[in-house]
Amino acid sequence: MTTPQVEVQAISRTYRMRSGLFGRPISVRAVDNLSFSIQKGETLGIVGESGSGKSTTGRMVLGLEPPDQGSVHFDGAPIAAPGTAAWCAQRARMQMIFQDPLGALDRRLAVAAQIREPLDIHNIGTKAERDARVHELLRSVDLNDSHGARYPGALSGGQRQRIVLARALATKPDFLVCDEPVSALDVSIQAQVVNLLIDLQARLGLTMLFISHDLRVIRQISSKVAVMYLGRIVEFGDADDLFARPQHPYTQALVSASPAPGRRSSNRIVLTGDPPNPAARPSGCAFHPRCRHATARCAVEVPQLTAPDPQRQVACHLVAGASSQAQDAA
Amino acid sequence: MAPLVRISGLKVAFDGTPVLHGIDLDIGKGEAVGLVGESGSGKSVTWLAALGLLPAKAKVAGSVQLDGRELLGAPGAVLDQVRGRRIAMIFQDPASALNPVLTIRRQLCESLALHRALHGEAARIEALRLLDLVGIPDAARRLSAYPHEFSGGQVQRIMIAMALAGQPDLLIADEPTTALDATIQAQILDLLSAVRREFNMAMVLISHDLGVVAENCDRVCVMYAGRIVERAPATRLFDDPWHPYAQGLIGALPPLDGARRRLQAIPGTVPDPRTLPSGCAFAPRCHHAGDDCHAGVPPLAPSEQERAVACLRPQRLPVELAAE
Repeated sequence: MTTPQVEVQAISRTYRMRSGLFGRPISVRAVDNLSFSIQKGETLGIVGESGSGKSTTGRMVLGLEPPDQGSVHFDGAPIAAPGTAAWCAQRARMQMIFQDPLGALDRRLAVAAQIREPLDIHNIGTKAERDARVHELLRSVDLNDSHGARYPGALSGGQRQRIVLARALATKPDFLVCDEPVSALDVSIQAQVVNLLIDLQARLGLTMLFISHDLRVIRQISSKVAVMYLGRIVEFGDADDLFARPQHPYTQALVSASPAPGRRSSNRIVLTGDPPNPAARPSGCAFHPRCRHATARCAVEVPQLTAPDPQRQVACHLVAGASSQAQDAA
Repeated sequence: MAPLVRISGLKVAFDGTPVLHGIDLDIGKGEAVGLVGESGSGKSVTWLAALGLLPAKAKVAGSVQLDGRELLGAPGAVLDQVRGRRIAMIFQDPASALNPVLTIRRQLCESLALHRALHGEAARIEALRLLDLVGIPDAARRLSAYPHEFSGGQVQRIMIAMALAGQPDLLIADEPTTALDATIQAQILDLLSAVRREFNMAMVLISHDLGVVAENCDRVCVMYAGRIVERAPATRLFDDPWHPYAQGLIGALPPLDGARRRLQAIPGTVPDPRTLPSGCAFAPRCHHAGDDCHAGVPPLAPSEQERAVACLRPQRLPVELAAE
C-alpha cells in the first residue's frame, strides 16, 4: 500500500459564535471527527448542503486553518504550522481554487502578472523562465498572451476561472483543492471548465479534493465521493456506484431531489423540515428529524461509519443493523 | 381560447443597445411555461418590461396584453391593478425582497389591504391562512417574527404567500430556488406545483436549470441573446432538441446516472449585446453554421406539434428515430 497523497485523521473544528448582541457564546461544531484519505492522482468529491462543513474541511486540509483535533498528513508528512518556512514549501505543492474568481483576483493588476506571482513568491526560475512559464500556463487553460495582458474586469466569468486555475498550477502543485469552482458559471461555460479540469488532472497527474453542492458535477469529476451532513461524512463510496445505489436516507433524498430533464418525478423524496443548523445539532444521528425511516435509536445514538460492502461506508443505524431494511428504503 | 397574456414583438433597449429583439409569447390560463437560457439572454428582462418595472432609461416597444388589455404604456393606476393582483412575481433572493424591520404580519397584511381591501381582523385571519398554506410551521406565532428569524427556504415560502395574497392569475417565478439547497429546492418546487393546482394559476418559471424547468413546466422556451430560439412541449424539447444551442445546453449537463461521457461544451461565450454578430447570434459558436447563418436572423418558424425553432439547420432526428 502506497502512502496516500493526503490523509486526514479524525479532524474537528469548532467555532465560537454569539447569537445576538448579548447572547451567550455558543460553540458550533463545523467539522466533527472527519477522516478520509486521497490516493495520488485520485479525485475525492465532497458533496453536501450549506453548513455541512465542506469548505471548512477544504481549508483545514490545506492548513489555512488548524484543526482543533486530529491531523492532516500530506505525502506522509504532517502539515506544518501556517507561516513557517516548511509550510511555505508545502503550500507550493498544494493549491486552492475558490468559487468567486473575481474575488480571488486583483482587479487592478493584469492577469499575467497575477499568474506570475506564485513563481515570484516561491522564487522559481529566472525572469525569462517565469515569462515562458506564464505563457505556457495561459496556453494550458486554452487562453493566450492577449488575455494575459487584460485586467480581470475585461474577462468573462469562465475566462477568469481559467486564470485562477492557471495561477494555481503555476508552482506545479501535486494537490488541488477546488471549492465550488464552477458553481457561479453558466452551464455551457461550466462544461468547458469541468472538461478542462479533467484534462489537466489526467495530464499532470493531479490529486484533487473537489467540493460542490452539485451532484452532477461531483459525479462527473470524482472517483470517490463523500457525502457530508452537519460536519460528518454520512456516506462514502465509488462515485458512479454511490449515485446509482445511494444507501443513506440523506443521500437518497439528495439524489432524488436533483432534477433531471426528461424525468418527471412522481416519486421524489421531499424532505420535511429545515436545512440543518450547525448551531443546534440534533442529538443522535443529526439527520433523524428529517428522516423518513428514523427509529427511537436514531435520536439517541450517533451512528458510526461502517462498511456494508467493501466499496461503501455508511453512517446509518438502519443500513448497519439491517441491510435488508435499507434495501427496502431504496 | 384567447391566451391570458399575449406578448408580441416585445423589444427592449438600454442606452440604445437592444437587449431584447422581439419576443412573441402566449401564456394560457393555468399553464406552466418555462424560460431557460444563460445569464444575459433576456429571460428576466422580458417580464420586467412587461410589468413596467424597468428603469425609465429602458426603451420598450411592442405589445403586452392581459386578457386583451394593453399593458405597455398603460397609466400607473392600471398597472397597479395588475401588478401583484393579476400577475405576481417572486425573485431569486427572497431576503432582499422583504422589509427587514417589519414583521411578516405587517408585510402580508399590507399586500392584503392593497390587493384585496382586507383590513383588521379579516386581514390577520387571511394572513394566517396564507402562511399555513405555504407550510410555515406554527404560523400563528411566526406571524409576529421578522424576516431574519426565518431560514432561506422559509423566506421563499413567505414570498410565495405574499404573491398569493392578491390571488393572481399568473405567477412569474424568477429563479425561485437558485439560492436554495437541493433538498429545500425540492420542497419549494413541490409547494409551487401544489399551489398552482389548487388555484389553477398560470406560472412562468424562469431558470437557468434545465432540470427544474423540464420537471415543472408544460412548455419551454429557450432564449439566447434576447431572442426565443426554440419553443416546444417540455418533454419533447429534452428528448429531442432541435436548435443547436438547446442541444448544447442539454449536452453540457453532466449525467447523474449511466456511463460518464465527456461534456459537450459549447465553445466560446455569450456575445456582448453591444457587438452582436450579424445573422444568427449563435452562429459563431455553432458547429452546423454555414454562410447563410451569418447573413440574416432566422425567424422563429412554427413547425408541427406545437414546436417552433429559429434555425436554418435544425438538428432534427430522422423520422424513424424520433418515432421511437
